Amino acid sequence: MMTSSLGTAAVVRSPRWKANPSWLLLTPALVLLGVFFIYPLCGMLLRSLVDPGLTWKHYARFMSDPSYLHVLRGTFEIAASVTAATIVLGYPLAYFLSQARPRLAGLMMILVIVPYFTSVLVRTYAWMILLGTEGVFNQLLLGSGLIGQPMKLMYTRTGVLIGMTYILLPYMVLALYSVMRGVDTNLLNAAESLGASRVRAFWRVFFPLSRPGLAAGGLLVFILSLGFFVTPALMGSEQDSMISMLIDSQVETYFDWGFASALATILLVCTLILFAIYERVVGLQRLFEAKP
Amino acid sequence: MNQRQVGWFVRVVAALVLLFLALPILIIFPLALNSSEYLRFPPQGISLRWVSTVLGSEDWLASAWLSLKVATLATLIAIALSVLTAHALVRGTIRFKQGVYALILLPMIVPHIISAIAMFFFFSTVRIFGSVGAISIGHAVLALPIAVIILSATMQGVDQRLEDAAMSLGASRQTAFRRITLPLIAPGIASASIFAFLSSFDELLVAVFMGSQGSQTLPVRIWSNVTFQLDPSIAAVSALLVIVSVLALVTATFFTRRSRTA
Repeated sequence: MMTSSLGTAAVVRSPRWKANPSWLLLTPALVLLGVFFIYPLCGMLLRSLVDPGLTWKHYARFMSDPSYLHVLRGTFEIAASVTAATIVLGYPLAYFLSQARPRLAGLMMILVIVPYFTSVLVRTYAWMILLGTEGVFNQLLLGSGLIGQPMKLMYTRTGVLIGMTYILLPYMVLALYSVMRGVDTNLLNAAESLGASRVRAFWRVFFPLSRPGLAAGGLLVFILSLGFFVTPALMGSEQDSMISMLIDSQVETYFDWGFASALATILLVCTLILFAIYERVVGLQRLFEAKP
Repeated sequence: MNQRQVGWFVRVVAALVLLFLALPILIIFPLALNSSEYLRFPPQGISLRWVSTVLGSEDWLASAWLSLKVATLATLIAIALSVLTAHALVRGTIRFKQGVYALILLPMIVPHIISAIAMFFFFSTVRIFGSVGAISIGHAVLALPIAVIILSATMQGVDQRLEDAAMSLGASRQTAFRRITLPLIAPGIASASIFAFLSSFDELLVAVFMGSQGSQTLPVRIWSNVTFQLDPSIAAVSALLVIVSVLALVTATFFTRRSRTA
């Protein structure tokens, strides 16, 4: 149907949000998110404050028990270690890929992408097999006589860190790679032609230009680590658990929905603060404009 | 233009990291083809024993079928909504755009354990769906961000003047969308569907909390077996899942290539 001239005039006069159907198009998604995501989250928030009257007791319980605070600290330590490890491993790889011939980079990118899209459960299971007491590493090392007795890697923090670093590494590599691809290497050549050594040119020119990628990847990995569940639950120990495992056990084992809600709210607030920082530092728009 | 010789140190580290990335995926296959009773490395003999055990097991097949149903339903919901959303975000002029972006990304950022228990509390008080419906809706919520991201990127690549031309020739907004935009973003819809499907197919926590004893999706069955099952059947399931992911990726890459050349 053509818009008649009368219709156009009406459109021009009406407020902007009525003039285009954008909000109408957004409505179904917003309703889905509102009803099945935001509303349940608000319900959880409320549940953390009610028992059955308004109360702080769940939060008071969290604050007063050192073992819970210990879990929160451990969670942040693990998230920080995983972020650091993915940077140490991911940066050289992303740098290498960004400077390689496109064909070669494409082939090697497969090794980054395939794990990225393989089930977290499957990847964690693979590490359980690799790191177990009778696992592949221990069998190979014992067989070759390098170690006398099996190393304990499963159910230790080291094991959790290895597994989580493995699972989150692709996020870091992809975030760094997309920024590094855009760095003009002529700048490095220019720096070198002016007398900078290769190492100096890298640190003074390339590294600063790659920092947006570090910020994006680092924040993303840290956010995802904080709430990680599968890998620490399968590879970690009860004594060194993460807050996500605590939430799970409060619901599944102790049926304490109020306390579970309080724990989840604490984790949610930490996550949202980091997300707000991400929005400030990196910006959300870039996520939507980047070609996947 | 963007190529530079990198030093040997970077090359060695990059090679080791690539090895680190490949190793766990590759280790699954010899273990899945193990012929012995227990997980052994190196495998005692090569056979399809455990693969056929899994493929012949009613429990595993029921879970696979359930996962397929849930993922299909979740994908349909997520894609239908995200086509509309991406169109509004890319073509429309809306206020509070930042807020809408943030809201749509939220399910990707909020830890799954939180989304899962919040939905679990919600669905346990309002019994409006059976567990399959509830899991599918939960998965649709979680798949929405990735689908919107992919479709927004696709739609940015479509020349708006084509739609304008169609409308100037008398097509309504709806017709222009259906006849011009939709065919042009079809490859994007295909790859968004694949990623939405994979995200649901692999999702554990929502399915754990909303599922019942009789409705265990594939990840839930792996989850409940992984800690005590010592025989290589989980390895066989894992190997099959890796193959599914690789096939899905190959297909998605094919569609992405097409949308770039189109």
